[in-house]
Amino acid sequence: MNARRTNWWAIFWVVIAFLYFFLPMYGTLDFSLRMQRGEISLLAYEIVFADPRFWQGFQYSTLMALITIVISTLIFVPTVYWMYLRVPQARPVMEIITILPFIIPAIVYVFGLIRTFSRPPFQLTLSTVTTDMLIVAGYVVISMPFMFRAIDVGMRAIDVRTLTEAAQSLGSNWFQVLAFVIVPNLRIAILSGALISFATVMGELILASFLVRPALAPYMALLGLTKAYEPAALAIISYALTWFSLGLLQLISRGGTTRQITGR
Amino acid sequence: MTTPRLRPGSSHPWHEQTFWNWLGLAPFFLFVLVFLIVPSLNLFTGAFVTSSGDFTLANLGVFRNPNVIKAYLTSLQVSLLTAVIGGLFGFFVAYAVTIGNAPRWMRGIIITFSGLAANFGGVPLAFAFIATLGRTGFITAILRGICFPGADGAAFCPFNPYDHGFNLYSLTGLVLAYTYFQFPLMVLTITPALEGIRREWREASASLGASTWQYWRDVAIPVLTPSILGTSILLFGNAFGAYATAQALTGGSIPLVTIFIGQQIRGDVLGNPHEGYAMALGMVVIMAVTIVAYSALQRQASRWTRS
Repeated sequence: MNARRTNWWAIFWVVIAFLYFFLPMYGTLDFSLRMQRGEISLLAYEIVFADPRFWQGFQYSTLMALITIVISTLIFVPTVYWMYLRVPQARPVMEIITILPFIIPAIVYVFGLIRTFSRPPFQLTLSTVTTDMLIVAGYVVISMPFMFRAIDVGMRAIDVRTLTEAAQSLGSNWFQVLAFVIVPNLRIAILSGALISFATVMGELILASFLVRPALAPYMALLGLTKAYEPAALAIISYALTWFSLGLLQLISRGGTTRQITGR
Repeated sequence: MTTPRLRPGSSHPWHEQTFWNWLGLAPFFLFVLVFLIVPSLNLFTGAFVTSSGDFTLANLGVFRNPNVIKAYLTSLQVSLLTAVIGGLFGFFVAYAVTIGNAPRWMRGIIITFSGLAANFGGVPLAFAFIATLGRTGFITAILRGICFPGADGAAFCPFNPYDHGFNLYSLTGLVLAYTYFQFPLMVLTITPALEGIRREWREASASLGASTWQYWRDVAIPVLTPSILGTSILLFGNAFGAYATAQALTGGSIPLVTIFIGQQIRGDVLGNPHEGYAMALGMVVIMAVTIVAYSALQRQASRWTRS
């Protein structure tokens, strides 16, 4: 065996992959710093940070992401817990339902939302508050495949039945079992689901754009039509946000697999 | 919500117990029904009714509209190209960090960045490629800057890609940008299959006198085929449903199905909303076929490479 010999063919592909990963990153960073001719400056960033629409988009997206995380945690932790404890035969149905957002492209999904909720009897698109409720529901649906899988993986690693029976034999009610026994054991899983949901919502263009809400991605798309350097700066900011949350995710779920398959 | 207490060996008849158990999942099913199933079905029924609500198949005539056919063909072309290119590229990278024995630290970086890049798309990705390979992008600038003195004294710069028909705001550019998230997805999904390839198989075939080529052709590739096919189908679906990158990169000038549907939502470009629903239904049918084929092949693959 000569397994330890350097395999140049392997090195070649890894180097190509590195280039593909980093050249566009470098290009964006370089471009974003060159707004002033002939010198490196942070001018493009200053302009972006001075734009109230950026902060509006940032605040809006962050708020929506946080609400989405809270709601999907409240939906999925009890549901997956109950599935493990009482209705394991529901698993195939749950798996099919939670993969649906991958099968139905976001653009088709928003088309369906608009057709359903922009006319009576469930007219939600009239006021901004109800539109925001609709958009949060949409975000919960879009991040459902990630959230379900994250919590599913977490739940698999703990002995749900024994923990429940132990807690109940000590006099806990259902709420106490969930809040003080199951959730603490799932904190890594919930955090992974939350982080990937956060990254998804912060970068989400389609729902916000077609429901006409002031999120970050539509602002970015709009800026891209008219400006040259500011979009590059925004892309770097967006990279930083996404990569921070997903990097954190990889750090905490090392070993565990939060396999996500697609979603744009 | 009424929740039954945990009573092992309960005297309840089985079906009553089962009913209460399923009821625990009701909030989830209700949410999914209202915000996923009903909107989707609403779209699909919309494809089969006239504007006055009568059943019709006439909306399917949209698939004879040359613009719609062109949109579907372009989407299929982009998805196929990026599935094949991203798939091959990703396969070689995954090969390099598993069987290929690339240094350990490289493997760590590749897997980590694949996890990040596979989720990276949308508007920022388009901006990144504009800043890199756009008309003023930095690689374009470097290539354009390679000049030689020509015979007549004028500078001769043969490497400007835009002089050779390259254009980022085109199908080529779209394929390049999509590859950014396609090949990492391939790396992530194919690495477990490659890890399932045992070193012993290689040694066994070598001891029987097989060459490297024969080993790959007769052992490794057949074992890996379901995984490779399954993942390629997944990549295909991934590209087929993408919208944001294409919209931001080309401003909607490339007629993908997703772009076309977006225009239909904004302004009813087909002149009949129900034809728009039929068009959306067509997309979901294609996506459903890809996901079903993917999971069937994954099952096949896990049967073979289970360790």
